[in-house]
Parts: sequence; structure tokens; C-alpha cells
Amino acid sequence: MNDILLLDHGSGGKASHRLINEVFVSRFSNPVLAGLNDAARLEISGPLAMSTDSYTVDPIFFPGGDIGSLAVHGTVNDVAMLGAEPLFISCGFIIEEGFALNQLIRIADSMALAARSAGVSIVTGDTKVVPKGAVDKVFINTTGLGRIIAEPMPHGGGAKAGDAVLISGPVGDHGLAVMSSRAGIMLAADVKSDSAAIHEMVLNLIRAEVEVHVLRDPTRGGLATTLNEIAGQSQVVIEVEQAGIPVRSGVAQAASVLGLDPLYLACEGRVIVIVPEQAAGRALEIMRSSPHGGQACRIGSVLAPDPDSGRPGQVLLQTPIGGKRLLSMLEGEQLPRIC
Amino acid sequence: MLNLKGKLNDPELCGRLLERIRKSAERPFRFMEVCGTHTVALFRSGIVSMLPKTMTHLSGPGCPVCVTHDSEIAAAIALAGQDNVHLATFGDLMRVPGPKGESLKKAKAAGARIDVVYSPLECLELAGADKSVEVVFIGVGFETTSPAVAATVLEAKRRGLKNFSVLCFHKLVPPALRALLAAPPVSPRVKSDSEGAGIDGFLLPGHVSTILGVEAYDFIAAQYGKPAVVAGFEPADLLQALAQLLEMRKNGTPQVRNEYVRAVHRQGNPKAREILNQVFEVGNARWRGLGLIPESGLQFRPEFAEYDALAKLGLSLKDTPPIPGCMCGEALAGLIQPPRCPLFGKRCTPQNPVGPCMVSTEGSCAAYYNYGF
Repeated sequence: MNDILLLDHGSGGKASHRLINEVFVSRFSNPVLAGLNDAARLEISGPLAMSTDSYTVDPIFFPGGDIGSLAVHGTVNDVAMLGAEPLFISCGFIIEEGFALNQLIRIADSMALAARSAGVSIVTGDTKVVPKGAVDKVFINTTGLGRIIAEPMPHGGGAKAGDAVLISGPVGDHGLAVMSSRAGIMLAADVKSDSAAIHEMVLNLIRAEVEVHVLRDPTRGGLATTLNEIAGQSQVVIEVEQAGIPVRSGVAQAASVLGLDPLYLACEGRVIVIVPEQAAGRALEIMRSSPHGGQACRIGSVLAPDPDSGRPGQVLLQTPIGGKRLLSMLEGEQLPRIC
Repeated sequence: MLNLKGKLNDPELCGRLLERIRKSAERPFRFMEVCGTHTVALFRSGIVSMLPKTMTHLSGPGCPVCVTHDSEIAAAIALAGQDNVHLATFGDLMRVPGPKGESLKKAKAAGARIDVVYSPLECLELAGADKSVEVVFIGVGFETTSPAVAATVLEAKRRGLKNFSVLCFHKLVPPALRALLAAPPVSPRVKSDSEGAGIDGFLLPGHVSTILGVEAYDFIAAQYGKPAVVAGFEPADLLQALAQLLEMRKNGTPQVRNEYVRAVHRQGNPKAREILNQVFEVGNARWRGLGLIPESGLQFRPEFAEYDALAKLGLSLKDTPPIPGCMCGEALAGLIQPPRCPLFGKRCTPQNPVGPCMVSTEGSCAAYYNYGF
């Protein structure tokens, strides 16, 4: 096999078959995929959650992960946000002609490991190779399917006045890790992406019958943007305390140098959990004893809109010195192509 | 530095300063800041939400993009349409709308050669690389940025570059403050008994003052009897300055003070001012919202006339119709707070700005929109 990918590898001919078998099927090994049929036959019942996402992150390898593991984690997490157990994933590769084969193998290895660890099977896929310049190195689309086990199902419009707002760990790591590796500088030794599958933590909450109103992973636009989305969908006011929001010191310092606000930087292994006040303590206990939730904490409350507390859809930030301001949605991205 | 930053964000220290402010704010007090970074810092820290109701925060003519006059924006956009011109500008200016909704950003999309630069010196590389085009830097802003432009002109002269010039729209902070005090602005759209009731004290800019020093503002207290304090940008800096303003008013001892001593020297930066004076001299300038203020801007000295883009390219500033409905001018003059403008948050948002104060990240309208509630 050649060391770089050629248009032949996406032609559907022999070169395609070799590539699919040698790189993907062998690594993603499962009987459904190995059948190499046009579609995957799945056994699944009950209400389902389905989510799709395309990954275009630049650079494709960054501290703490790569485009392959990110494509699995991101989709697994999106499915889990409905209180669902992720089961199956599809993957579509669009690869630029000339891309190094060993890099593709590295990505496939990373995807296989991420899927295995998360307990999901990659059951169907597609590979295209396009002329140089038509994409930047490699783009991956993944679609995930899972069974919803939460009843009632958590959703973005579920936040109610009196609820507590929890976060599963420090924010901003992924966005900053991508930014610093893109700039080719090591801003701080301990800054790496938080990319991880967090469905176990979520399912632990559901199985323990914690009443979960909202689950959201703060990816693009970070914590601030996702809180604004929830406040808007739920038509409530969310108030968070800046001093209570966990940000690693390395992230805070590097963000300050770059003029970025960590509250707007993407996370890829965190979840915002909104539960009734009386369930907050137990939810935190469960999150803290789950993988990737050791630093879970409470960051704020959901309030009913009124002239003093704010208008529906607003997110207010209590500053460290005790003042208040709007935590608004950004006009555009702080950084493009972080996932 | 981080330790110091921590101290200046200390909730206990800030609480004590707020207590001092509350004790001296029995009577209404209208303070104006004239620095975009102060505007943002006052909101981001939450200070605006903590001040006694008797205090009114006015965001004056301190954001470089915002004070740039309509006619100056129109001239820059007109220049963008000329063949063989390569414009260079600071980023914020790209989206400032002209009277007909045109902007440098749109001109660029339509094919004009416009580059966003971080330092005026980058223009010299552009000019050196292609001698067939005239590279024009759009020089806006205050004493903070103009010394770097002056240094760039000196360097262009040293290199013998003939295809570089500057649209010189630089402005000076003290004359604008003097104008505000000498003849408080009026607007037919703002009743004088509602908001436009003068200014009781100034938060003086931190960055500009590193160049100017403190004495340049002495007239504020000496001639107009108002207190003024040069302030830093951390919460405790701002609160300390506000407490001093109120206490000076209360004690009847108005002075011009420097609270930002870790960055601002009483004499400022004489070396930077010397470079500035080598290239530029004081001239009249047009300000958005304040109009023509005598001796409030910079113009090229005769020996540097060849770098004056207006003269070199045969342009002049033309009177332009005001942007319909936009009250940026009234806001910059301290006559209103941005939410009073009928367009604010409705037709005019950061996504779709009508006036410049909503464009710049340091503009007062954008700050109210992004942080106010």
C-alpha cells in the first residue's frame, strides 16, 4: 500500500477495498461492520436518541486527543445528553488526496480505542478521497444512536426556577489546547484537551433516579454560550457565580495572555447538569465518583424572570467582587474549527 | 504581576472601597470615563451594578473608533474604492458603518485592498513589497497610538519610501474634555432637564496618561473646579478612583490625581511626546458627537506633508448626512446612556450595528448591550 492516500482509495475499486479492510474494518472489529453490507442491521427498541456531528478540528492531533477520538467522544456525549445509552456509531471520512496513510491509521486506532472504551460499536462507514485542497487533511462525520433510559427525558427546555446548575469539571481546556497547539506554542505545560466520553457519569445519575431536568455538553461557544441556550429554551434566568466556576490555573493564565475568556472556550468532556435544588447534593456525589467527574461542583441557580433578577433567556454572572453583569452569547466564535 | 492582580480583585478590599463610595454619594454624582478599556472594565467587573443609585456612569469620547467623525469614515471608504490604493487599518474600524450603511468590510468584500494590521509599522513592509500601490494607514485614536504612527513616518522617511501615507485622524484627549466642560453639549433630541446635566468628575484614561502624564489635565480642577483621577483597570483601581472623586467633591477640594502610579508617571513619557511632536503639530479636529473642536487633533508638520494622505491623494473631508436615528453622538457627549437611544437593541445590535459605539468591542453601546441587564 502507498504511503499517502490517492484518489484511487476513494474510487470504490480495489484500492478502496484494501483501505477499508486494512485500516478500518480490522480496527473497528465487530460483526455488524464485518458483514460489509450497504447498511447495518441493528437490534434496538424503545425511544431512541440520534445525533450527528462533523469534525474539522485544526490541527488534527492536539494535546489530549485527536480528530478520531474527538469524533467518537463528541457524538457519544451528544447522544447521552438526552439521558440515553449510546450504542452504535457510523463514521464518514472525507480525506484530502496526499494525506499520509500512517496518520490515517493513527486516527483509526484512536477511534477504535475511544469506541471500545465507551462501549459503542462503529457499525457502518464511508470513505471518500477528494482532490488536494477540497478539504483540509481529513474531516470526519459521525452519527450516533442510543436508547433513552431517562423518564422523563432531560432536555434544554427543562430548567425550572429553583433548580441548581452543576458542572462536571474545569472549563475551557479543549479550546485552549487546540488554540495553543495551532499556534505551535506550549502556553502551559498542563494544558490539554478534556476530550472524553462522559455518558457513564450521566447514566449513573439516571440509574440512581436523580430527577435531571437538563443535560448539555458545553462544546462550541463554551459554558457561557450553552447556558444562554438553556436559559433561552427554558425561558428562565440563570445566575452563575464566577468565583465558583472551575478553571485550571494554566488555562486561566494562558487565556489571559491570548485575550480569550475561558467561559467561552469549548469543552469536550464536560457536562452541565441542572437538577432540583434538593437533588443537587446527591447528583454531585454521583458525578464526583464517576469517571471524569472528580471536580464536579455547583456553579449557580435557575431563577424565575422578574424585573430584579432579569429577563427570560438572560444569563447573569456574579463577579468575584460581588457585582453582577450579563454573561451574553458571543457575536461569533472566539476560535474557528475547534471541533 | 498575577499576585498584584489578585490583590486588586480582592472582594474584601473592594468591599471597603465600596463602603467609602456609599458614604460620599448622598448627592447625585455624574462621572465620565474617557477610555474604552475603562468602559469594559466597569461592566465586566460588575462595578456598574454595585454603585449607589445616586451615581450615573457616562461613557465619554474615549473609544477611538467611536469618536472618528462620519466624514473621516466616509473619506476612508471613498479611498478604498480608488485604484492603486492599499489601505491598512486597525481591525475595529472595518465594520464601522458610513451614512449609507457602507463599510470598509463591505468594500473589501467587493474587491478593495484593505489589510488589518496590529502595528502601523507593518505598512512599511506592504509598501516595500509593492511600489506600484500607495499604502495608506488609517490613523485614528488618541495619544496612546499616535506616537507609534509618528515613529512609522520617521522610519518611512529613513527608508526613503515614497508610496506610504497616513489618513491623519488622530485626536487629543485633554482638548475634548475642555470642550465638554467649557460649553456642555446640547442636543435637540435630549431635554436638558432629563439627563444632560453636566459632569461632576472624570475618570481619566490609564493608557493615554502613560504618554501624557498628569499635568495635562490640571485645568479640570484649576479652571472648572471638578475632580479627576487617572485610574487603572482592575476593580480596586476603579473603585479607589471613584471613592477619591466623591470625597474630593464632598470636601470641596477638587484636584487632578494619579491613582495609577504603577504605570503612569507624573511627567508621562516625554520621549514618546517628542517623537509625536517631530512629525505632527496640533490642529483642529472633527469629533463624532462633539463636532469641530479647535486644536483637538494632530496634523502633519509641513516638512512631513508628503505623508499626508488627504493632500497627497487630493481628498477632502466632506460634510456627510448623519446616520438617521443614531444617538451615538449624544452618548459620547454624555447627554444620554446608550439604552435611551431608540435604536439600541432593536435596529442596532452588535450583529447589525447602525452606529460606531455598537461596533467597537470597547464602544459604550456594545458594553451596555453585552454586559448590562
